[in-house]
Amino acid sequence: MSANTDRTFERISLVCAIGVVAVVFLIGSVLLWESSPVFQKLGWRLLTNSQWDPVGEEFGLVPFIYGTLVSALLALLFAIPFSLGIAIFLTELSPDWLRGPTAFLIELLAAIPSVIYGLWGIFYLAPWLRQSVEPLLIQLNLPLFRGPAYGIGMLAAGIILAIMIIPIIASIARDVFQAVPMHQREAALALGATRWEVTRLAVLKYSESGILGAIFLGLGRALGETMAVTMVIGNRPEISLSLLAPSHTMASVLANEFAEASGALHLSALAAIGISLFVITFLTNAAARFLVWKVSGVAVAGRRE
Amino acid sequence: MKEFKNIKKIMALVALVIALPLMALAGDALLINGAGATFPYPLYSKWFFDYQKSHPDLKFNYQSIGSGGGIKQIAAKTVDFGASDAPMSDFEETSLSQPILHIPTVLGAVVLAYNQPAAGAGLKLSGAVIADIFLEHITKWNDPRIVALNPDKTLPDQPIVVAHRSDGSGTSYVFTDYLSKVSREWKAKIGTGKSVSWPTGLGGKGNEGVTGVIQQTPGALGFIELGYALQNKISFASVQNKSGNFITPSIDSTSAAADGVKIPVDYRVSLTDAAGQNAYPISSLTYLLVYKKQQDAAKGKALVNFIKWALHEGQKTAPSLYYAPLPQSLVDRLDKTVEQIQTP
Repeated sequence: MSANTDRTFERISLVCAIGVVAVVFLIGSVLLWESSPVFQKLGWRLLTNSQWDPVGEEFGLVPFIYGTLVSALLALLFAIPFSLGIAIFLTELSPDWLRGPTAFLIELLAAIPSVIYGLWGIFYLAPWLRQSVEPLLIQLNLPLFRGPAYGIGMLAAGIILAIMIIPIIASIARDVFQAVPMHQREAALALGATRWEVTRLAVLKYSESGILGAIFLGLGRALGETMAVTMVIGNRPEISLSLLAPSHTMASVLANEFAEASGALHLSALAAIGISLFVITFLTNAAARFLVWKVSGVAVAGRRE
Repeated sequence: MKEFKNIKKIMALVALVIALPLMALAGDALLINGAGATFPYPLYSKWFFDYQKSHPDLKFNYQSIGSGGGIKQIAAKTVDFGASDAPMSDFEETSLSQPILHIPTVLGAVVLAYNQPAAGAGLKLSGAVIADIFLEHITKWNDPRIVALNPDKTLPDQPIVVAHRSDGSGTSYVFTDYLSKVSREWKAKIGTGKSVSWPTGLGGKGNEGVTGVIQQTPGALGFIELGYALQNKISFASVQNKSGNFITPSIDSTSAAADGVKIPVDYRVSLTDAAGQNAYPISSLTYLLVYKKQQDAAKGKALVNFIKWALHEGQKTAPSLYYAPLPQSLVDRLDKTVEQIQTP
């Protein structure tokens, strides 16, 4: 009986594992197959051209790749300090009674559908940026903050994405900090370290690989996020150094144009965007694994559980 | 063992979730499947609802996946009827194994909505000026060419923030089709399409997205469907038509667009820049796509009856949802066309 159930259990697990691998493989091959016409027609121009003109059948992926990477990096820039601050507060500083509710509220942020973030972005964040923040930034007269203050644009997208990935990074970082052995902290305290020194030397140093893992999971989410970004980024396939300018991401152009794409080449170009996004997320994840492995000496297989 | 019970519960739940849609499908009603345009979806839903009240043996399942998807699905025969805002192109028709009929159902208008309190309601624009705004040749509200059309208004020295659709849409198709007719430069540089390479402006997803951009951005000007502008109480412009008259978009002036144009036998026609005296120039038809030879006798008959109902009874409910009914002359012609649908 028990040997029998063991075998069934083994097989079911195996099927599940193979199934996921097969799905990833199938997605990749379908995208590759669908995008082959545009690769044949335009070749490397796809990756050098910055024009996107479905009517003239001129397709370049550069503005979308740029928009995706810059918006995601901007999000990380905002989200990392906040998330680490939250995690440190929750594990090291917070009084016990506050810990539970705060953690719960932060994790609740992750459960809000992204379209809600988008609506909040368009009705609250964008007007606030336009009226209060961007005029001040423009006065700095830096190339990063040039042009008219639309509210909608790369900056708005970065902020929305940051809010969306904070719960991911914060909750994983909190788990990682909690896993730091107590005697590590006690040892630091015994040496006369202040609270800040304990956190820096005993906790942060010890958790480097875990923090990196958390950041890359957040990055993964930021790269693939579609709906909220589409609503606030302005959807303009143009490369501009200014963060106030509208931009476009790979995920949003897919969401925008796929349903009504008519020409065969247009569909194929969208599939090419799909495969590029696929490759970029694959590379980020691979880089994450590599970094985590390099820092910790052992491959960390998913810190989420 | 407790965990085991939980697993059983979860399995039962999964089975239920899978079974629910199947249970909904079972039933005696004849199910007619359709897919396509999102623009007429609110009206079609109302039509299906009203029609089912008198025909309880029928059930409509319409998926508003977009005109392009509607054309693909009717070509692949996965649905009983398709719906599209733009008529099928000659290229798309080559993918058909059998001839398809275009049945216009109602008209829609695309309006230029703006956020410019100084202009009040009823800013006047001409086709050439609209094209130059979207081509970024006119960038300020007090541009002499806008002022010349609106001598009674005091327009500020404020940049025009252009808003357009970011998603592929029939609305963009109608609007770019109009611009291609009124501006040679637009036709040469940008062209007509559901997704085009907009030379300037902010992109919003869907009518609601563009409406949001216009409402939130002082000095914005963008194009949205008439119904959205009316529902959200956004000011929109009167547009000069081919006869030289400035026409305020409305249900009547949209219907008038179909009167001023010679409509071909297959109804595949662009109504933009129509010649009629009172025609609003950025109007278009929306279509149902049905096969001339129906495969299923019961479904074919039910579909024909529904289309007849939609062309007569259905037209009366259109204005309440801000769609323009077809002019009577067109309905008379369509009555004959519907008779051509053959059922086995």
